[in-house]
Amino acid sequence: MSVAPQERGKGAPQERGKRAPQERGKVVPQGRTLLPVVVHAPRGVGHLRGDESFPDAARGALADTQLRRNLGHATATIRDKRAKVVGEVDDWEALRTAGKAIKDHTMARLPELLTQLEANVTAAGGVVHWARDATEANQIVTRLVAETGSREVVKVKSMATQEIALNEALADAGIEAFETDLAELIVQLGDDKPSHILVPAIHKNRAEIRELFARTLPGVDPELTDDPAALAGAARQHLRERFLTAKVGISGANFAVADTGTLSVVESEGNGRMCLTLPETLITVMGIEKLVPTWQDLEVFLQLLPRSSTGERMNPYTSLWTGVHEGDGPQSFHLVLLDNGRTAVLADEAGRETLNCIRCSACLNVCPVYERAGGHAYGSVYPGPIGAILSPQLTGIEDNASLPYASTLCGACYEVCPVKIDIPSILVHLRAEHVEAQRETRRVPTAEAISMAAASWTMADASRWEKAQTASRAGRLLGRRRDKDAGRIRSLPGPLAAWTAARDAPRPPAETFRQWWARDRGADT
Amino acid sequence: MTAAVPGRDIARETVLTRIRDALGPDPVVPEVSRDYVTGSDLEPDAVVERFAERVDDYRATVHRTGHAELPATLAALITASGAGRVGVPVGLDYAWLTELPDDLEVVRDQPTYDTAALDTLELVVTASTVGIAETGTIVLDASPDQGRRALTLVPDHHICIITTDQIVHTVPEALPRLDPTRPLTMISGPSATSDIELDRVEGVHGPRTLHVIIVTD
Ligand code: SF4
Repeated sequence: MSVAPQERGKGAPQERGKRAPQERGKVVPQGRTLLPVVVHAPRGVGHLRGDESFPDAARGALADTQLRRNLGHATATIRDKRAKVVGEVDDWEALRTAGKAIKDHTMARLPELLTQLEANVTAAGGVVHWARDATEANQIVTRLVAETGSREVVKVKSMATQEIALNEALADAGIEAFETDLAELIVQLGDDKPSHILVPAIHKNRAEIRELFARTLPGVDPELTDDPAALAGAARQHLRERFLTAKVGISGANFAVADTGTLSVVESEGNGRMCLTLPETLITVMGIEKLVPTWQDLEVFLQLLPRSSTGERMNPYTSLWTGVHEGDGPQSFHLVLLDNGRTAVLADEAGRETLNCIRCSACLNVCPVYERAGGHAYGSVYPGPIGAILSPQLTGIEDNASLPYASTLCGACYEVCPVKIDIPSILVHLRAEHVEAQRETRRVPTAEAISMAAASWTMADASRWEKAQTASRAGRLLGRRRDKDAGRIRSLPGPLAAWTAARDAPRPPAETFRQWWARDRGADT
Repeated sequence: MTAAVPGRDIARETVLTRIRDALGPDPVVPEVSRDYVTGSDLEPDAVVERFAERVDDYRATVHRTGHAELPATLAALITASGAGRVGVPVGLDYAWLTELPDDLEVVRDQPTYDTAALDTLELVVTASTVGIAETGTIVLDASPDQGRRALTLVPDHHICIITTDQIVHTVPEALPRLDPTRPLTMISGPSATSDIELDRVEGVHGPRTLHVIIVTD
């Protein structure tokens, strides 16, 4: 809950004294130090906010048995694959520890490392742009594409460009963006929304994809079967000409290396290589948190990411490039560094490690809530456990108030996270922040506020948290009762007593999402 | 600082100021302890064995041959593929190509060849920079014997030649051997996707067939 105290007058001149509605500047009582002005991702642009709250959005998914079957099958497949390839790495825990440390280290030195990256990219022939928010990033990219004279671009799947709704901004300027990742293509053809970080079309099964291709791909073989290899072949045929003639490519970045100026895209299909290599101009949009300090640091993340993400020892293709390479690939390279609320996340010490995320999606695949509710229910392009902590911090808690409750706090996400982000603790922290924000408006401390503050205190300390986890595991055993009280724990020992005094604590992993939701947030569904 | 784009400097200063404000005056910079494995516990032969096994695991086809037999092995593979037009990078060792059939068209890549020209190639033969046994990975760095990136991307069939001294066991052993100023491509099997029901299927946009020849002496 602690936001780093900041001395008066440190804000940038154009920010000081004026606070847009989306700026979460906290009320500063007389005599206290001024908190930094934090600027969230602006409203009205991008895909970080849903149209309805999580419980409302989840209701449809929960009723859709086909969707639940698709998700159940896909997440079970990937969980098994991941477990197998992680199991064969003896030093996995040491790699996770190093991954976390490198990212923590990066955040602490962010200004210096970003300027180092900028200098190295520039020296290698690239041009670096800075974007305060989604609107500015979209303007920069639109202008850069317009300057090439091209009316179309090919895109590699990128969370950052989805976040800022770049395709829509380009369309407004009369520029067509072609998604080339198979799952993104499926989403784009179906006028659908992504529902998973790695596989945006995870909610569709092969029969549904076959039907979509048969209906939307021009000149597709009417005999097309739902064999995944045949479907992949149809996508290859559809996009081939587009790749070979594209003048502008747009990508995200998995990693940027500060001390060399190198950028990296990790992928499978080769659509990334096509977009990064064949066009004359390449524009990469990257969140300011995506960098690592040194070339050596890649040795950690190139081990952690593929195994956590697709459950492979290594993904088929990783491209690494540094500025412009003479006679090889795009001769014009632009890097857009995006804030869009990331500095607001950084300002909260308790939530800061959210920025360590390498978007592997392992936490989605193990999450019982994600498996039942699906990705669309989270509203934002970032679904699952990571979305439940990232989206509210990027937008400010008031714009995604229900997301921190979209979890059973079972801890599975934390166990699989390759950079050890303590998602359950951050969820509890955000719940407390939400309650606090409500209390500030109402001026009356609610029972929920008091109990959540106690829970937050527990989660803030490792040993207390472990004790509480042990207690909740015991609770799970207690909870195996066939009576009407099954699924409820009447009281927890120690510091959690205050929480359970006000309400029954969730019985973490074995509870169904529906039961939990009805009880935990039943009041406002 | 690069091109004077209006607003660029304001955006830059604003973002950097926001970050400094967020971190406070004295952020703690944690040390990074590298307690993970950085070397190898395998004998050189075992490293090559592991490499062959893991490359094969991802549906690339592995062949082993001595230097002396390499031209014949290559000729046999190309003939079997049925390809009539084969691309090679400018710096590929001529000696490797001495036994190719006479009617085969061998095209040495040139900077003037555009993407459409590369698309007429049915197969490409290159050398490589580093192999990583643990993950079944080959790294290309666009040296003269490997060619620019498009050359190994557009043709549908890639035959890649690697010598045993280029093969290391682990990822941490590989990175110091790579030059970040070069464009690098790490390849682990033919192109694939997991986008349909999260199951891996080989063969999307990159080369759908990958052959790796390990030169054993
Ligand atoms: S929070 Fe961790 S597990 Fe989830 S996507 Fe990010 S890195 Fe992966």
